Amino acid sequence: MARTNRELSFSEAINEAIRQEMRLDPTVVVMGEDIAGAAGRAHLGLIDAWGGPLRATRGLITEFGPERILDTPIAEMGFVGAAIGAAMTGLRPIVEIMFVDLIGCCYDQIMNQAAKMHYMMGGQLNLPLVIRIAYGTLGDGRRTYGGGAAAQHSQTLYSVLAHIPGLKVVVPTTAYNAKGLLTAAIRHAGPVIVMEHKFLGSAAKGVVPEEPYTVPIGRAEIIRDGHDVTLCGIGRMTHICLEAAEALEAEGIRAEVVDVLTLTPLDEPTILESVSRTRRLIVVDEDTPTASMARDIAARVADRGFDWLDAPIKTVTAPETPVPFSAVLEAHYVPRSAQIVAAAHELLG
Amino acid sequence: MFTNETAENPASNVHPKRVCDLTRARLLWMYDRMTLIREFEERLKWLVETGVPVGPVHFYTGQEAVAVGVCAAMEPGDWIASTHRGHGHCIAKGVDVRAMMAELYGKVTGTNRGKGGSMHITDVQVGMLGVNPIVGMGTTHAVGAALAAKTLRTGRVVAAFFGDGAASIGALHEAMNLASIWKLPVVFVCENNGYAQATPAEYAIAVRNIADRAAAYSMPGVVVDGQDVISVWEAADVALRRARAGSGPSLIECKTYRYYGHHQGDDPHRYRTIEEENAARAGDCINRLRERLLIRELVGAEDLAAIDDKNRTLLDEAVAFAEKSPLPEVAELYKNVYVSDLEANANGKN
Repeated sequence: MARTNRELSFSEAINEAIRQEMRLDPTVVVMGEDIAGAAGRAHLGLIDAWGGPLRATRGLITEFGPERILDTPIAEMGFVGAAIGAAMTGLRPIVEIMFVDLIGCCYDQIMNQAAKMHYMMGGQLNLPLVIRIAYGTLGDGRRTYGGGAAAQHSQTLYSVLAHIPGLKVVVPTTAYNAKGLLTAAIRHAGPVIVMEHKFLGSAAKGVVPEEPYTVPIGRAEIIRDGHDVTLCGIGRMTHICLEAAEALEAEGIRAEVVDVLTLTPLDEPTILESVSRTRRLIVVDEDTPTASMARDIAARVADRGFDWLDAPIKTVTAPETPVPFSAVLEAHYVPRSAQIVAAAHELLG
Repeated sequence: MFTNETAENPASNVHPKRVCDLTRARLLWMYDRMTLIREFEERLKWLVETGVPVGPVHFYTGQEAVAVGVCAAMEPGDWIASTHRGHGHCIAKGVDVRAMMAELYGKVTGTNRGKGGSMHITDVQVGMLGVNPIVGMGTTHAVGAALAAKTLRTGRVVAAFFGDGAASIGALHEAMNLASIWKLPVVFVCENNGYAQATPAEYAIAVRNIADRAAAYSMPGVVVDGQDVISVWEAADVALRRARAGSGPSLIECKTYRYYGHHQGDDPHRYRTIEEENAARAGDCINRLRERLLIRELVGAEDLAAIDDKNRTLLDEAVAFAEKSPLPEVAELYKNVYVSDLEANANGKN
């Protein structure tokens, strides 16, 4: 019998999802830069030197070999394109783009090719493709000096992916839903982007069942009940929402927390149902605000749930700036629990 | 740049044996496909000029020997990836011209249910992975199809068509490098028609021959007369055999010429001379094949006339089919945005 309380980190959960699906389906392959590392050096006893930016693919090459764990050169345009072509012709590639900041190098493949193939070809081709992308700042906001990864390695940017019809974009928040959403993505017949927060990669640990399971794509989850205000979080911000909810609880304010989990197709009913009870909404997003998911969710609720609202919708987002280097500045860049609490005070004041 | 083969100097550049390597049926198939492409494009040009709104189209006229020469060396189960100038590749690989024409009319009977148009024609049933108007991108998808063929050991090979314009884009170079390091069964086929829209190849490309760049990716690179279908077939046959044997990719540069502008309505005389065009047309690929077949008495004039008639009739039928086909229902707008798992399971696809 499987142990029921086994804990894995977020990255270990991703690793397990990939490993189990690869065992179940010989057409699943993994491609990306240094997903194993030391490519072609097995004869020197050097293998599996890296394991991707979150180390989530470490160890896969020893089980599945270089035919299915394909280290690529630094060529996002080329290998994402190759993954698309392979998905068109019988493989189920899981391709890794190290950081979302690098999608500029392959944006055409994602927004013009993968997203639209099925539609513009009149449905004659499926595209069972998973694109895993690490995003976000790595800092925990507690450092008083030093620096983070700065403007080109710390962005969130998923709004430019969610914007494109045809792509499903999921943002797991726990080890449990990371395994379940990734498994669902691998089994899905169309392209799915899985956004993995760098901080959660090692920091989020939790109970993960050993057997394969899926968490459905397209469903948000209410992870804390409350009746005074809905805090709608995406990715790491869901955890910040929980922190804020704790702080509000101490003041006697009961905040409900919705974990969005899938950006497209967005689970509007769950968000609207929550707002219909709490009558107040704060959306929290690590992305910059213009044309963001935060404002998209706010706009949808304004459009469809206006009559329920007792107060304006608030968004708490990163500022309209690039991500700064200095840890002190970065800590100020990332939305904080105190900002959410302040927004709740405004709504309930 | 061009080999001007005339009636006085027939087939001088082709060794007799090369023609003999091809069966009479294969040679007739080549003639059939080349004339069908020509007829399709001429009919389309006429439709455009008479005001039929078929969307943006890029005529393949003049380049028929490339698509047909390459596809003549392929098996039905092999894949091709195409460019924006893709009608010729489609027809050479076996896409039904009626469904193609219906697609251009935006009808639901089209290859893509009226949702792609000229720049997205696809028919996976015949191994045609898609016309792709984002220059160079199709070559990366071809590499992926070759990766699937190698990983799944299907024995399939892939041809990646691209133009001289795509020779300058990074995607092609990434594709060639990946194909080489992974020894994939793909053949890169450059159709150098001399122009990327209105930019001459000799201006945009730092090397004299695009095929020279094969050396940078440790693959064979050859230049062939792209107006001679037999030369194209021969080079493709060698490269595809090499790919099928597991020896990796090749690059073939076919020097060819497009007879018309970049797309419908483009006047090419703003960037090239009539003398240059006439020189290219003097080496017309269809005339050269016809003369060669007749002079060698491989076929009779009546055989070729019968093919010409058949293709004219096929195009009459294609236009009639497109015209009488139904338009898509508005509900079609919302279909196939996302891949449905239920549909995928029902169709047994992927």
